[in-house]
Amino acid sequence: MGKTISEKIFSNHSGKSVKAGDIVVARVDALMGQDGTAPLAIRVFEELGGKKVINNEKVLLVLDHSAPPPNEGVANLHKLMRDFAEKYETQLSEIGEGVCHQVFMERGLALPGSLIIGADSHTCTYGALNCFATGVGSSELASAMYTGKLWFKVPETVKIILNGKLRKGVSAKDIILYLVGYFKADGLTYKAVEFEGEIIMELSMDGRATIANMVVEMGAKAGIMPFDEKTKEFLKEIGIYIEEGVFSDKDANFSAIYTFDLSNLEPQIALPHKVDNVYPISSVDRVKIQEAYLGTCTNGRLEDLRLSAELLKGKRIAKGVRMIVAPASKKIYLQALKEGLIEIFLSAGAVVVNPGCGPCVGTHQGVPADGENIISTANRNFKGRMGNNKAFIYLASPLTVTASAIKGEIANPLEFID
Amino acid sequence: MIYQGKALCYGDNIDTDVIIPARYLNTTDPYELSLHCMEDLDPSFKEKVKEKNILVVGENFGCGSSREHAPLAIKASGVQCIIAKSFARIFYRNAINIGLPILELPSAVEKIKEGDLIKVDFINGIVENLSTGEKFETKPFPQLIQEIINKGGLINFAKERIKGGEL
Repeated sequence: MGKTISEKIFSNHSGKSVKAGDIVVARVDALMGQDGTAPLAIRVFEELGGKKVINNEKVLLVLDHSAPPPNEGVANLHKLMRDFAEKYETQLSEIGEGVCHQVFMERGLALPGSLIIGADSHTCTYGALNCFATGVGSSELASAMYTGKLWFKVPETVKIILNGKLRKGVSAKDIILYLVGYFKADGLTYKAVEFEGEIIMELSMDGRATIANMVVEMGAKAGIMPFDEKTKEFLKEIGIYIEEGVFSDKDANFSAIYTFDLSNLEPQIALPHKVDNVYPISSVDRVKIQEAYLGTCTNGRLEDLRLSAELLKGKRIAKGVRMIVAPASKKIYLQALKEGLIEIFLSAGAVVVNPGCGPCVGTHQGVPADGENIISTANRNFKGRMGNNKAFIYLASPLTVTASAIKGEIANPLEFID
Repeated sequence: MIYQGKALCYGDNIDTDVIIPARYLNTTDPYELSLHCMEDLDPSFKEKVKEKNILVVGENFGCGSSREHAPLAIKASGVQCIIAKSFARIFYRNAINIGLPILELPSAVEKIKEGDLIKVDFINGIVENLSTGEKFETKPFPQLIQEIINKGGLINFAKERIKGGEL
């Protein structure tokens, strides 16, 4: 019997041939913690009596969820992380450098075939680069920093094949929202997902990251993209030359295979307060919005900013709407500046904030008022997510968010596109 | 590993953002976290949990963020254990790792009503509704997991294994 990508990666990292359902202790290649979760991991590491971080140069601690710190509590947690990074010689990503997942990929820590854990549920984003990456808790991050290993249950794999050709104005975000609506919030719990098909091959690395990012919203443990020229190109640009990726065998055992033709897919939107509450945009009421947010580990990448800016150019954001833009990293921010995108945002009336997670997780930089409607490119719309449990969050693509900001109400971006 | 108390019931897909919102992650202290536990979902949780401290919840409990603060806040609120139809993957591991006993038993969740007196036997995987006399059974946790919970979580468990030279 052949193996899935996950079975191959866990076999390589546990030193024996394993299959789905096996419990293994596996070596982890790279680790991540952010300012929401790393402080707890540091406390646990110290309680364990840790003296050395194994594989320290592959451990990245990121100040992004509340950065720069909005209060003294967070400021002290940031200090704790800086001190720890210096003492144990781990990597540190300072305030403003970017959202953890984007920084992790830009620093070349996510490599095809590798096994990665991060104390953040959206660690699955790195699957865009053909690796197995999954979110863990703080105690697990701490014990993996201590031992270099962690126990895992090798997951069953579901294959999702996406065929057809996307309509203009429909993007990766619409695909993953559609899938979350189809499988529901717990439809793929504990499963790994392997993506294939014409549409996946057409997508940029940014688009693949958007999809991999949100597999956790269906309960999945990892979402893995194929290795191809685009993977190689992404890595080459950051000075890494890798020629081979990991593929599943033809006779591998999948727990299910789903094939979708998305040629007729229209822009999708998730209504409050659940990510799987997804509808095609044409069936949704044109609710007035007060805030539009472009950014996050889901949709704060260059392609997202370009799409939004292209639509915004020469237009103004509707009166009564605040648009907040947060590039996912400083690297993206700088490129967006060079390309004139930031000028378009500012001229249209948007506020550009530093790279980070603030608005999405409700720590600062964009907390909505009671009863307000927000349309956001983020991955979660849970009650209270953006810092106010009396606000309503709608999730959509960068184009839908931008179109809605211009109209002042939930709008279909296809109306702007010929 | 036997717990007895009154049931406090909530529905499906309770996410970690409502269990403990990110705006309160400016501390790692379990007591401080517990002051805001579930407040976005049910502002009277803090009061209710004083009397009813066995959580009985629906599907996919603890979905969303990986924050371990969520089970920590629940435990520090005085919750003895959680019975769910199902748990989200990361929450499931986090709860075990911090020593919060949890059990998946959909048939029990469907029948139990808020305020019912519940007895949970983790060693044998039995939930009894003492108010109605109903009994529900499931497969007990593997011994390793029971041991981690018994020791109060992964840290204490690992410390002993480190001392014994096993890690």
